[in-house]
Amino acid sequence: MEIRVENVIKEFSRYPALDNVSLGVRSGELIALLGPSGSGKTTLLRLIAGLENPTAGRIFFGEEDASQKTVQERNVGFVFQAYALFRNMTVLENVSFGLKVRPRATRPPKSEIRRRALELLDLVQLNGLEKRYPQQLSGGQRQRVALARALAIEPRVLLLDEPFGALDAQVRKELRKWLREIHDRTGHTTVFVTHDQEEALELADRLVVMSRGKIEQVGTPDEVYDKPNSPFVFDFIGESSALPVTVQGGEVWLGDRALGLRAEGTAPGSYRLYFRPHDVDLVDDGPALVGVVAGARRVAGLRRVELEIGGDGARAEIDLPHDHPAGERTRIAFRPRLWSLFPA
Amino acid sequence: MFEREGAVYDSRRPIAPHQHLRPTTERAWVKVLLISIALIYMLAIVVLPLIQVFFEAFRKGFDTYFASFEDRGAQTAIQLTLTVAAIAVPLNLVFGVAASWAVAKFEFWGKSFLITLIDLPFSVSPVVSGMVYVLLFGAQSALGPWLKANDIEIIFAVPGIVLATVFVTFPFIARELIPLMQAQGNTDEEAAISLGASGWQTFWRVTLPNIKWGLLYGVLLCNARAMGEFGAVSVVSGHIRGQTTTMPLEIEILYNEYNFTGAFAVASLLAMLALLTLVFKSLLEWRYGDELAGTRRH
Repeated sequence: MEIRVENVIKEFSRYPALDNVSLGVRSGELIALLGPSGSGKTTLLRLIAGLENPTAGRIFFGEEDASQKTVQERNVGFVFQAYALFRNMTVLENVSFGLKVRPRATRPPKSEIRRRALELLDLVQLNGLEKRYPQQLSGGQRQRVALARALAIEPRVLLLDEPFGALDAQVRKELRKWLREIHDRTGHTTVFVTHDQEEALELADRLVVMSRGKIEQVGTPDEVYDKPNSPFVFDFIGESSALPVTVQGGEVWLGDRALGLRAEGTAPGSYRLYFRPHDVDLVDDGPALVGVVAGARRVAGLRRVELEIGGDGARAEIDLPHDHPAGERTRIAFRPRLWSLFPA
Repeated sequence: MFEREGAVYDSRRPIAPHQHLRPTTERAWVKVLLISIALIYMLAIVVLPLIQVFFEAFRKGFDTYFASFEDRGAQTAIQLTLTVAAIAVPLNLVFGVAASWAVAKFEFWGKSFLITLIDLPFSVSPVVSGMVYVLLFGAQSALGPWLKANDIEIIFAVPGIVLATVFVTFPFIARELIPLMQAQGNTDEEAAISLGASGWQTFWRVTLPNIKWGLLYGVLLCNARAMGEFGAVSVVSGHIRGQTTTMPLEIEILYNEYNFTGAFAVASLLAMLALLTLVFKSLLEWRYGDELAGTRRH
């Protein structure tokens, strides 16, 4: 099922939570809404579900205008951040809830409801736990129950709000892989909200990066990571350094030093040069950025070196293999391999 | 010190015994003093009078005690009290749940005014609560002649007593449920509707089970107060023996007639009902302490 969000505005007592947002989600896609807190990502998810009503704009499921429909009619599977499992019901009752509350005409017979609930518990690898109560489960298990419960109603789209937010790092990683598998097997159009960029990059087909109620960039993990379209995205996704530079005659300059970076067609003026610590080449001669080592720390298999560049106290970080001889030097010359300029 | 057995410093092992004392632990004589004050106070203010009630009731023997209940006045008083509670408590149950649901789950204009109104009966003297109904429905009121013409009796009759009791006891359930429902938030309900449940289904299957212990607790308190209410009921009842006297009113009448055994017999029954309520409440607290925690304030 395709989802189309058209010019949606959402205000909470005059404060705009979403400011004219449009987004298309393709059928069967796994898409991540990524952004810092307050960026409007959860609001957008709740609008799609119908748990909030837009102040203006429309939301389509396929050709159908979903904004005219109630939550119940939209038939979405929603997984809540704290799972919101019904504490007075067993795991099996939780999963079968959505089928049990259907009107008589569309409600499957009892034995069929039970069979389907058990089948879903099997899918989320919780067989044998159907008689437990939510309090008797671990965080990861609750998460799976919540997902099984959402899948039980055969939703048209699956929406997850910070699905792994409350779990520890180990369980997170396992569940991430597992959610991808479930998605590939069931093929639901899935939208999930996260503030964890690593999670979004690893899991999603496409990312929607949001900030202050607006969409900053939409793209595949590769596009968003390699070609961020704004300083915000550069900062928010992955590690980055920024240096104040000028463009003059198609060349990038730091102070009075040419860096050996060509900027053809860029209007002369002040810019900020963005690059990632691992997208750099060390150079022995020729134009380059030269920095004095201000500090270094070990980051997993790499050594991240902090350099002071120029006399104005500008700093940048670069990654070296942890045993690279340059790590012992006091001055390092390098040139960004992948970089972007944004107006200062 | 490091040469003691093991020779390894272990932070868990106390080095000197006095370090075992927590900073908040008082000296022994302070403890004894504070506990004694509390106990003596409780004995003098609560336990002694309660014992006195039963002592007076049984002073002239069991036969006289039970004979007190054969009196028609006492019997109708007991009946009336139970009837009034049986009407007032369910009414306030419905009102309390509806009000808490509205306050806890929705934002609307005038919400804080509604919360203040709910607390009103707690702050207004019960006598005033009774007076209000007399002024509203009494013979001298604007409605009085119309009520009389249509043969509707409210003041000095059972409807008035029920109204006064409902008024005095309506905060109990709402006050119990509002904080509980606010703490639980909306997500369970949102989950239910996202799964396709209607409003009613969500209420019966999700909201109500989530609040059932707080609700029962509120009902118990409401019931205890409904049976024991004196002031408001006294104003509207008219004290017609065998017709409009509830147990507390009957006790007063018997007492004023110097029928101490009778008065204390009925009083002992009322006290017993209250004690039973307390026992039941404690049982609930013991059994479902976690769920009730955070909502306890009476």
